[in-house]
Amino acid sequence: MELLSGADMITRFLADEGVEYIYGYPGGAALHIYDAIHRQDKVHHILVRHEQAATHMADGYARATGKPGVVLVTSGPGATNAVTGIATAYMDSIPMVVLCGQVMSHLIGEDAFQETDIIGVTRPIVKHSFSIKHPAEIPEVLKKAFHIATTGRPGPVVVDIPKDMTAPTEKYEYVYPKKVKLRSYTPVGRGHTGQIKKAVELMLKAKRPVLYGGGGLILGQAAELFTELARKLNFPVTTSLMGIGAFPQTDKQSVGWLGMHGSYEANQAMHHSDLVVCIGARFDDRATNNTAKFCPTARIVHVDVDPSSIGKTVRVDVPIVGTATSVIEEMLSLLDESRSAPDAAALTDWWKQIDDWRASRVGRLYEPAQPGEPMKPQQVVEAVWKATKGQAYVVTDVGQHQMYAAQYYKFDKPNRWITSGGLGTMGFGFPAAMGIKLNKPQEEVVLITGEGSFQMMMQELSTCSQFGIPVKIINLNNQSLGMVRQWQDLNYNSRHAQSYMQSLPDFKMLVESYGHVAMKVEKAEDLDAAMEKAFALKDKLVFLDVYVDPREHVYPMQVPQGSMKDMLLSKTERT
Amino acid sequence: MRHIISILMENEAGALSRVVGLFSQRNFNIETLNVAPTDDPTLSRLTVTTVGDDRVIEQITKQLNKLIDVVKLVDLTEGQHIERELMMVKVKAVGAQRAEVKRTTEIFRGQIIDVTPSVYTIQLTGEAGKLDAFIQALGANTLLEVVRTGVSGISRGEKVLSL
Repeated sequence: MELLSGADMITRFLADEGVEYIYGYPGGAALHIYDAIHRQDKVHHILVRHEQAATHMADGYARATGKPGVVLVTSGPGATNAVTGIATAYMDSIPMVVLCGQVMSHLIGEDAFQETDIIGVTRPIVKHSFSIKHPAEIPEVLKKAFHIATTGRPGPVVVDIPKDMTAPTEKYEYVYPKKVKLRSYTPVGRGHTGQIKKAVELMLKAKRPVLYGGGGLILGQAAELFTELARKLNFPVTTSLMGIGAFPQTDKQSVGWLGMHGSYEANQAMHHSDLVVCIGARFDDRATNNTAKFCPTARIVHVDVDPSSIGKTVRVDVPIVGTATSVIEEMLSLLDESRSAPDAAALTDWWKQIDDWRASRVGRLYEPAQPGEPMKPQQVVEAVWKATKGQAYVVTDVGQHQMYAAQYYKFDKPNRWITSGGLGTMGFGFPAAMGIKLNKPQEEVVLITGEGSFQMMMQELSTCSQFGIPVKIINLNNQSLGMVRQWQDLNYNSRHAQSYMQSLPDFKMLVESYGHVAMKVEKAEDLDAAMEKAFALKDKLVFLDVYVDPREHVYPMQVPQGSMKDMLLSKTERT
Repeated sequence: MRHIISILMENEAGALSRVVGLFSQRNFNIETLNVAPTDDPTLSRLTVTTVGDDRVIEQITKQLNKLIDVVKLVDLTEGQHIERELMMVKVKAVGAQRAEVKRTTEIFRGQIIDVTPSVYTIQLTGEAGKLDAFIQALGANTLLEVVRTGVSGISRGEKVLSL
């Protein structure tokens, strides 16, 4: 029998759970735990410069690896600083366990120093939360936290730990709980066979079908099966923003991603389809445009691990609650057994229509810069794609650059496209990229950001110096909050209220002051050379401050309250 | 349409706030709510009445089911059920009013459970509509205080909500 203090149980449990890195920031209520971290060498702690960064680092790690990210913060401001990162993970269903120090039990409720009811604060943005009531229950509660965070539809779990629960003098028996059982929590497994049969029948009859994959395919590690299904059916494939990478985007069968800034052909195909087979997406407002006008002629099959996602925003004809892998496997075997095949003649016509849509946009996606004009942000993303041979982990912040990255970097593998899709958190990108690079040092990790977003988390340049995290940063510097400015151009007669960034720092000097490498790129002819140089410096954080055209808009853009097909294609063209 | 949703949940600190928080977070409506531990001290039973169309009610039950603390739930209005609510009313009762209030209480099968020279306190149990009707029937009499427990319900017949 082994006796451990609560603090030692925490580090020991994390080691037994296979956690290599945790991200955090110390403070009074967490100090027993930090002392325990200091006295062992299995779990490594990464000291961030702001707790929000700790959550995004854990989040980026989780998105790239599928494993839960672990965060440790102190009570009060430590915990509240983590809130944005918890909400970000919650909106994108990312597995995360956040350990929060708390004031001593007998002080709770007395407005003690650095006391916050973090369970209350985070209640609407966690999958679940726990408060430790006795040190002896720590291993079991932590196991429950990991179990809940990683199973079913994943999500963040907060564990609140009063300081006296981790006191070094109070020791209890430690056993690593291999399993936990929660009577009120049973993640769903296989889908209903009858429903899956119905879906397959519709697929075999469909004349204008679309396969629509979401982030659930990535989280559920079902990208390969999804690709197999797509190939077997020869249906056009689109994804949500979060589903990018679930099907190879350079494949002819891919029509790109859909929604507000999705591709012309994806949105046209959705609007005109007679069957939408959606797996692991949740039909959110940025994907559907006006739900009353959404896919007027389509039957909808919706597969999701979370029953509450089904029928939430759009009507569904065939709901299937189950994991993506199990449902797709069953679909594949039903297709194999079936004596009929997809309607080849109808599909030929459908593909011809889709190819026409696609061809109509070739070479017209954006207007290249004229000599003497500033670079276009789109061409910078294309250059990143070329320089990294399409193999990088691409992380973004939020705004125009995020959409350009999604549109012009082509992803052929899952888990490579890392973005805050649901919450849209500016500042997410840099720490998320750090979390990935730290855990995948051999992989190229590129942050595509903008000067607005980057400034929200730029203090982490210091963390990168301390722990040697050589991410590559492409700053699409348009000297303004581009997406805000775009909406102001479109909806507010170009009144640019507070969307102009005055007093920008000299990013080159700033980044260099932390000991990193930085380059300023102002001319298109210097771009490729700068990229090459940046990616050649394997062990260095390199920051490319790339000046791009501030007047550029992201297109296509769906017309507000319209159907899927109603889009602005440029400043002057409209569907 | 009005629905009565009855929930078995873990009898733990914070469970109630998760359920109530869900309603405000997702813009669902709570008309009445009551909660108490059951014969199994690890479980509480919470009954909520809410109003919404089929799509909203479906979301409410699905979202509630997702809460880790919710063990099981049933929408009682989907089947035959019995609903009851308890109300205590304090009414001014002097002179001729005393007899009239007493008569009205008897008609509604209520009980006068406390008396002072000027006040009756009446207890009444029934469906929510009956309690409303009683308040109306008291009419011109001065209502001093009304306290209602909110609706509780149970299925008719063999159907039970238990583990």
